[in-house]
Amino acid sequence: MTDLAQARARPLEEVPPGALLRAWRWARAHLFNGVLNTIFTLLIVYVFFRVVVPIVQWALLDATWSADSDRACEAAGGACWAFLKSWGRFIIFGRFPYAEQWRPALVLVLFVAMLALSARPGMRGRTLLAIWAGGLVAVGALMWGGFLGMPYVETELWNGLPLTLILALGGVGFAFPVGIVAALGRRSKLPAIRWLSVAYIELIRGVPLITLLFMASLMVPLFLPTGVGIAKLWRAEIGFALFFGAYLAEAVRGGLQAIPRGQYEAADALGLGYWRKTYLVILPQALTVSIPSIVNLFIGAFKDTTLITIVGIFDVLQDANTGLNDPAWRHAYVEAYATIGMIFFAFCYFMSRYSLYLERRLRRAGTGPRRK
Amino acid sequence: MARTAPSRAQVAPVQRVAPWRDVRMRGIAAQVVTVGAVATVVIYCAHNAIVNLEQRGIATGFAFLRREAAFEISSTLIEYSPASTYGRALVVGILNTLLVSFLGIVLTTIFGTLLGIARLSSNWLVQRVTGGYIEIMRNTPLLLQLIVWWDLLRVSAPLPREAFKPLPGVFISNRGLNLPIPVWQPIYLWMIAVLLAGAIATAVVAHRMHRRQELTGKQFPLVWTGVALILGPPLLLFLLAGAPLELDVPVLQGFNFVGGESVTPEFAALLFGLVAYTSAFAAEIVRSGILSVSKGQTEAASALGLRPSWTLRLVVLPQAVRVIVPPMTSEYLSLTKNSSLAVYIGFPDFVSIANTEANQTGQVVEVIAILMAVYLTISLTISVLMNFYNRYVALVER
Repeated sequence: MTDLAQARARPLEEVPPGALLRAWRWARAHLFNGVLNTIFTLLIVYVFFRVVVPIVQWALLDATWSADSDRACEAAGGACWAFLKSWGRFIIFGRFPYAEQWRPALVLVLFVAMLALSARPGMRGRTLLAIWAGGLVAVGALMWGGFLGMPYVETELWNGLPLTLILALGGVGFAFPVGIVAALGRRSKLPAIRWLSVAYIELIRGVPLITLLFMASLMVPLFLPTGVGIAKLWRAEIGFALFFGAYLAEAVRGGLQAIPRGQYEAADALGLGYWRKTYLVILPQALTVSIPSIVNLFIGAFKDTTLITIVGIFDVLQDANTGLNDPAWRHAYVEAYATIGMIFFAFCYFMSRYSLYLERRLRRAGTGPRRK
Repeated sequence: MARTAPSRAQVAPVQRVAPWRDVRMRGIAAQVVTVGAVATVVIYCAHNAIVNLEQRGIATGFAFLRREAAFEISSTLIEYSPASTYGRALVVGILNTLLVSFLGIVLTTIFGTLLGIARLSSNWLVQRVTGGYIEIMRNTPLLLQLIVWWDLLRVSAPLPREAFKPLPGVFISNRGLNLPIPVWQPIYLWMIAVLLAGAIATAVVAHRMHRRQELTGKQFPLVWTGVALILGPPLLLFLLAGAPLELDVPVLQGFNFVGGESVTPEFAALLFGLVAYTSAFAAEIVRSGILSVSKGQTEAASALGLRPSWTLRLVVLPQAVRVIVPPMTSEYLSLTKNSSLAVYIGFPDFVSIANTEANQTGQVVEVIAILMAVYLTISLTISVLMNFYNRYVALVER
C-alpha cells in the first residue's frame, strides 16, 4: 500500500537515477529496515572493524614471507607465512623421497583431471569407468614406482595430500560395489539377504568412524593368518570402505525408492531376469538420482580422511604437526592450520557447489525424486 | 472372451520346472550360499584371531573388566581412581560421552535454529555473514576445527596466575574455567523436591489453562505463574532455613586451581567445536524447513495482524518442525558419534578410555565389541526418542 502511494505521489521523472541514491535505497531496504536490523547491521560493522580488519592486517599487511624461524616473524607481529616456505612442501608430500616428489605432484594433477572429467555433465558410465580404472592404475604406478628408473616407494611414505585423495577416492571407490550390493540386498525379497544387509548397514551407521579405524588397524591383523601382514594404509582403506559402504547403501536406496514401480514391472514384462533388470533398467536410473547425495557423501569422506591421523598415518594434519614440532616453528600453528583449512575448503566448496548444480539439473530434467 | 477361455479341465497340468529354474528354489539357494559365505569368512577370521591371540599370550573374555585399571582420568563425573576397575573406567567414559553429547545436542538445537533463521534474515549483512560462517564450517574437517579450538584455548588463554576474572571467584585461564560451587547442605534436597513439585504443578496449570483458552479465548499469564510456582517455594524454603550458603571458591595454589568446579580446556574445546560444526548443518536444515512452509501461511498470519516474531514462533516454526525433525535426528546422531574425536585432543571420552584399555590389556576384540554395543545403544536410543517426538509433532497435522 505505502509503496503504491509513494509511487503515485512521486512521478518517475522526479527520481534522479543517481547510483548513490539507488545505493541508499538499497541500504534502507536491506540493512536498516527496522530497529532490530539496524542494530544488527551496526553490530556487524563494528565486529568487522574489530575482528576482520585486524585479521587482514595480521595475515597480509604485517605478515612475514621469508624468515628462518618464528622468532624472526614475531618482530613484525603478523602472520608467519615463512613457515610454509620451509615446511609447505613437507605438509603436502610428507616423507615421500624428496627427489621423487614430482610423482605425487603428478598424481595430484591426475586426480584433479579425473575429477574434472567426471564432473562434466553427460559423461557416459562406461567412459567414466575406463577413466577411473586407467587413472587409478596410473596413480598406483606413479606412487609405487619400481620401474623406468623410478625407485620403489613403500606405502608408509605415501603422505600428505596425495594420501588424503587416495584414501577418499579409493575408499569411496571400494565402497561403491559394497554399497550397491547392500542397498539391493536391503530391498531384496529374500529374508536372509535382507537381514544381513540391514545388520551391516545399521551396525556401521551406528558407530563412529574412529571405532572402525581402530578396528581396522587393531583387529584386521588378528583376523589374518599368522605371519600375513597388511600395510597400515590398506587397513585404513578397509575401514573407510566398510564405513562409506554403509552410507552409500542408504544413498543408493534413496535412489532405488525414487524409481516408479512401472519401471520394475516393465522390465519384468520384457522378461528380464533379476540381474539384467537391475543392471539395465533400475541401477542406471537409481544412480543418476542419487548422484547429489553421493557427492555430498564424498565431501564427508574427504573431510573424514583427517581421522587417520589418529591411527598414526601421515596425512596433511600429521605432516603439519611434524613441522610444528620443529623448534624453529613452534608458534606457527595458526598459519599451518589455516593453510590446511584452505586446502580442504577449496576442494569441499567446489564439490558442494557442484552437487547443488547437479540437483538443479536433475530437477529440471524431471528425473529427480518424485513427489508422492 | 468366454469362448476362447479354456475350461479348467483343458489346462495343461502345471509344467514341472527344473529346480534350478524355480524362483523359490533359486531364492533359497541364494540365501544358503550367501549365509554360508558370510559364516565361512566369520569362522575363518575367528579361528585366525584365536590362534593369533594364543600365540601372543593374550587372555580372552570379559574378566579384565574387574581388574584394576591403574590409569588416571582427568575429568570424571563419578568417583574414580586408578585403583578402580576397567569396568568403572569405561562407565566414566560413557558418562563423559553422554554429557558432552547431551550438552552439544541442546546447544546445537538452539544455536542452529538461530543461525537458520538468521540465514533467512531480511538484513543483507546478517544473511551474508551467516552464509559465510555456514560455508566455512561445513567445508573444513571437524578434526581440524577441534584442534584450532583446543590450541586457541590452551595457547591464547592466559596463565592461571594472570587468569581472566569476569566475576569474583570465576577464573578463565589455560587450565580451563574454574568457578565456585555451593557446598552441599541437607536443606538443598528439600529445595530440589519442592522445585520438582513446582514444575509438575506448572505443567498441570499450563494444561488446564490451555484448555480454558481454547474454550473461552481467555489468556492466562502462564510465564509469570510458572516462574513463581517453580522458583518461589525453593527460595522461600532457602530463606526460612536462614540462607545456608557456603561457597567452595577455587584458589590458585602453585600452578593450578584447587577447589570449586572446573571445566577443562579439552572439554570446552570439544563442546565448542562440536556445537560450532554441527550448528552449521542444523542451520541448513532449519532453513530448508522454514522455506518448506508455504508463503501463504506467512501472509495469512500477517493478514490476521500477527507480528513478524509471532508469525515465526506461532505459525511458521511449528509447521517447519515436521520437515526439520527427521534430518535433525541424523545430525544429533552424528554429533554423538563425532564426540569420539575427543580422543585426539585428550578429553577422556568413551572411545579414548576404551582405546587406552585396548592398549593396556591387548584385548582388542572385547573392547571393540563393547564400544560398538554401547554406541549402537546410544544411537538407537536417540533414534527412538526422536521418532517419538516426530510422531508427536506429526499428530498436530490435520
